[in-house]
Amino acid sequence: MSANLQAGAPGHGHGHGHDTAPAHATFRGYMTGFVLSVILTAIPFWLVMSGVISSKQGTAAIILAFAVVQMIVHMIFFLHMDAKSEGGWSLMALIFSLILVVIVLTGSLWVMYNLDTNMMPGMHDMSQMP
Amino acid sequence: MNADLIKLIFGRLTLDALPFHEPILVATFAVVALGGIVVLGALTYFRLWGYLWHEWFTSVDHKKIGVMYMVLGLVMLLRGFADAIMMRIQQAIAFGGSQGYLPAHHYDQIFTAHGVIMIFFVAMPLVTGLMNFVVPLQIGARDVSFPFLNNFSFWMTVGGAVIVMMSLFIGEFARTGWLAYPPLSETAYSPDVGVDYYIWGLQVAGIGTLLSGVNLICTIVKMRAPGMEMMRLPVFTWTALCTNVLIVAAFPVLTAVLVLLSLDRYVGTNFFTNDFGGNPMMYVNLIWIWGHPEVYILVLPVFGIYSEVTATFCGKRLFGYTSMVYATVVITILSYLVWLHHFFTMGSGASVNSFFGISTMIISIPTGAKMFNWLFTMYRGRIRFELPMLWTMAFMLTFVIGGMTGVLLAVPPADFVLHNSLFLIAHFHNVIIGGVLFGLFAGISYWFPKAFGFKLDPFWGKLSFWFWVIGFYFAFMPLYVLGLMGVTRRLRVFDDPSLQIWFVLAAIGAALIALGILCFLIQIAVSIKNRHALRDVTGDPWHARTLEWSTSSPPPDYNFAFTPIIHDNDAWWDMKERGYVRPVSGFNGIHMPKNTGTGVILAGLAVAFGFGMIWYIWWLAGLSFLGLLAVAIGHTFNYHRDFTIPVEDVIRTENERTRQLAAGA
Amino acid sequence: MATATTSTDSSTAPVFHLAEEHLHPEGSSTMLGFWLYLMSDCLIFAILFAVYGVLGANYAAGPAPKDLFELPLVAVNTSMLLLSSITYGFAILAMQNGRIGQTQLWLAITALFGAGFVGIELHEFAGMIHDGAGPTRSAFLSSFFTLVGTHGLHVSCGLIWIVTLMVQVGKHGLIEANRRRLMCLSMFWHFLDVIWIGVFTFVYLMGMLR
Repeated sequence: MSANLQAGAPGHGHGHGHDTAPAHATFRGYMTGFVLSVILTAIPFWLVMSGVISSKQGTAAIILAFAVVQMIVHMIFFLHMDAKSEGGWSLMALIFSLILVVIVLTGSLWVMYNLDTNMMPGMHDMSQMP
Repeated sequence: MNADLIKLIFGRLTLDALPFHEPILVATFAVVALGGIVVLGALTYFRLWGYLWHEWFTSVDHKKIGVMYMVLGLVMLLRGFADAIMMRIQQAIAFGGSQGYLPAHHYDQIFTAHGVIMIFFVAMPLVTGLMNFVVPLQIGARDVSFPFLNNFSFWMTVGGAVIVMMSLFIGEFARTGWLAYPPLSETAYSPDVGVDYYIWGLQVAGIGTLLSGVNLICTIVKMRAPGMEMMRLPVFTWTALCTNVLIVAAFPVLTAVLVLLSLDRYVGTNFFTNDFGGNPMMYVNLIWIWGHPEVYILVLPVFGIYSEVTATFCGKRLFGYTSMVYATVVITILSYLVWLHHFFTMGSGASVNSFFGISTMIISIPTGAKMFNWLFTMYRGRIRFELPMLWTMAFMLTFVIGGMTGVLLAVPPADFVLHNSLFLIAHFHNVIIGGVLFGLFAGISYWFPKAFGFKLDPFWGKLSFWFWVIGFYFAFMPLYVLGLMGVTRRLRVFDDPSLQIWFVLAAIGAALIALGILCFLIQIAVSIKNRHALRDVTGDPWHARTLEWSTSSPPPDYNFAFTPIIHDNDAWWDMKERGYVRPVSGFNGIHMPKNTGTGVILAGLAVAFGFGMIWYIWWLAGLSFLGLLAVAIGHTFNYHRDFTIPVEDVIRTENERTRQLAAGA
Repeated sequence: MATATTSTDSSTAPVFHLAEEHLHPEGSSTMLGFWLYLMSDCLIFAILFAVYGVLGANYAAGPAPKDLFELPLVAVNTSMLLLSSITYGFAILAMQNGRIGQTQLWLAITALFGAGFVGIELHEFAGMIHDGAGPTRSAFLSSFFTLVGTHGLHVSCGLIWIVTLMVQVGKHGLIEANRRRLMCLSMFWHFLDVIWIGVFTFVYLMGMLR
């Protein structure tokens, strides 16, 4: 099986096991991910349960940030996500999906907020409407 | 037998579900039953069941599955068109106090079924069938990434169609329109089985479609022949890739929304109810987040067909390959940013409407770029007016009109006048018929010889073409006029006699289209009869450019005896130009997947499950669900799903081709 | 044996076919295919999150998050799932080392944690339903039960899959096909933990902050 057969064929990978087998999992990788996840879970729970930060908005923003970071930790340490897996297609699929998730979530929230304000009964004082 | 036991066994299914009191349905059933008996009888008499099962139903070959999708789509076209004719007749006569011949509860089912069938069981299968057949051949692969899943996807689509067709004779179909908006589709206002038939038909078919999407993306990404870089892919494969990305990204939304609707109906949740905090507008929002990408799923593949056809029949490389690819990718992404234009009038206000109005106008631009690319390909080409090219040219004119009315509708104030009028109906039929359907006919006449080894009869094809095109204009241009005059969609009876002439014209158009369909069916029959005269012995009857034309017609099971190596775009043209010599020796055995009946069985169980859920026959739903689990898990215990085509068979097949090519030369 | 020449090479005639091949080994698409399926699953959850976002404040004069959520229990549940993630990781490490027995052991422990997670969740649901806060009470509760319940259903499917794979590994050992399946299940299992991060943050924690 000559390697130069693959020369003009990106996405095929060299040999067969290589881009089908994911990045090698290691004990260290898993433990790092685990410990980080525990921390990133414990702190938000503690923040909410103890109510240390008086501002609810602030707390919400912080636990949101922690959630995002923990998701990334899971992606890297547990799901072995990187730009090389499947010739970059895995990451591209993930990014595309995330873009769509953001569009669906923000779009729905924005649209429904406007619809509810304008159209749901009891949302506004009819005497003020044009 | 006491009533409780009957209820346990039959759920809410009673003899009342059979439409003995509806003469139209009784007559339909008689015709269908008769036709069915004839077909089944013939199959039995000619001992074809074994052949059908082993060669077709259990096949995991993408070519056979592609053909079966086409058959499904064309059969369902007849059903969907019958609905259309019935509506046209009703609307043409229901004036001056006449109620027409269709009562409201029947008429409402007809327009609902017409939409559901045409989108899900005609357009989707036809598009999927072509992609399935062509893409592996175009990329130099032997099959798709997941051949078994491919077979399963097909049968799930059939299962969905079966569920919808059952509603014709057992119970009734939904009366809500093809998107089943709540609160009308909720239990309170549609307590009968109609919406449940709708839900389960679409859920079963939807699983098939989603898996098919994953399958084709993997195929295009992973199974390309060496040298076929992404920017050397044929345009049809590019559009297939983007289409399947849209499928994987959009169908989960439909699945989720229908689950929520069924939870409302079965469990009593309050997602879209009028009370307890439900919000029906959220359904409309979500269903169109699916719905808009769906229409691009329908149209992108046919844009690819037009690119292939135009380049082939103008004898020129497609103009602007790179911009075609970019335009397709841009359309794919933008299709997620326009969905609100389907409900400008629901009340989201000026800011929201403006955003989506502008994004809708922007999305027309890449399509315009494609149109220019096709025109520039034709410019200074040596145009051959074969059937696929005729369909393409009709598309160019017709689709542009439909696209323009779309941009008109994209203006929110205009849409406030025209939303849900016949103008809207005219617009989307304009783009779906002028775009998708014309493209499918172009694709069918283009690739038919590859699939079956003989061309379609040109005379009957051209007759069909002219009936379709002229019929389309007669059927839908009046609807633009009616829409501008303020006529609403889905009406059954009319007060204003001055409108009638337009509906009569539309009915005449429908009749012309009926003739077009008839000619198409005759074309197939005549072509089969004259197949020896129409035979394609070279595998390249159109002097085409892409890799599928390097194979015999039809291709062998394994597609390519040797995997091709690609050096340039329009790989087959490149091979012909550079003195490619077909290898006639040195063949090897070829590793292929085995046939399997698991797909048919799983789909059958899915239909049983759907039927049980629709009629509240809980034991049937439960048992079939367990059956699904058992068969699916059992299937995974089969590790020996492949076999090797012996080298002697390959040699024999290739020698036959060598002989054929020599005889034809 | 055949070499591919680039299209700029005109000194020798270009080669248009491979004489020998084994280019696409069985299963080469499986990982990507499963990942794409997971992306579609991600979108289903996105819809359920969107629905929860839009309808999650519609209590219909019924119970609100503060009346219902017990954060300590949720914390226990979260740790069950997180532990099951690490134990699955150990199963993969054992698989990489070709240790069948160890792989089976860690799979079993993962399943136990997963079953614990589902059990606690069912207990939570039962309690809420018993208190009149079932999925039909309000749009908030409909979306809560559906979002959290769909996640739990996925975990349950994962449990069935673990058991099936344990049987298959027991029968055939760590052959290539089973390794692929273990990798797919790995993606599935970790993906469910990622979704759970979203659930406990947006539903439970944010719910208590309202």
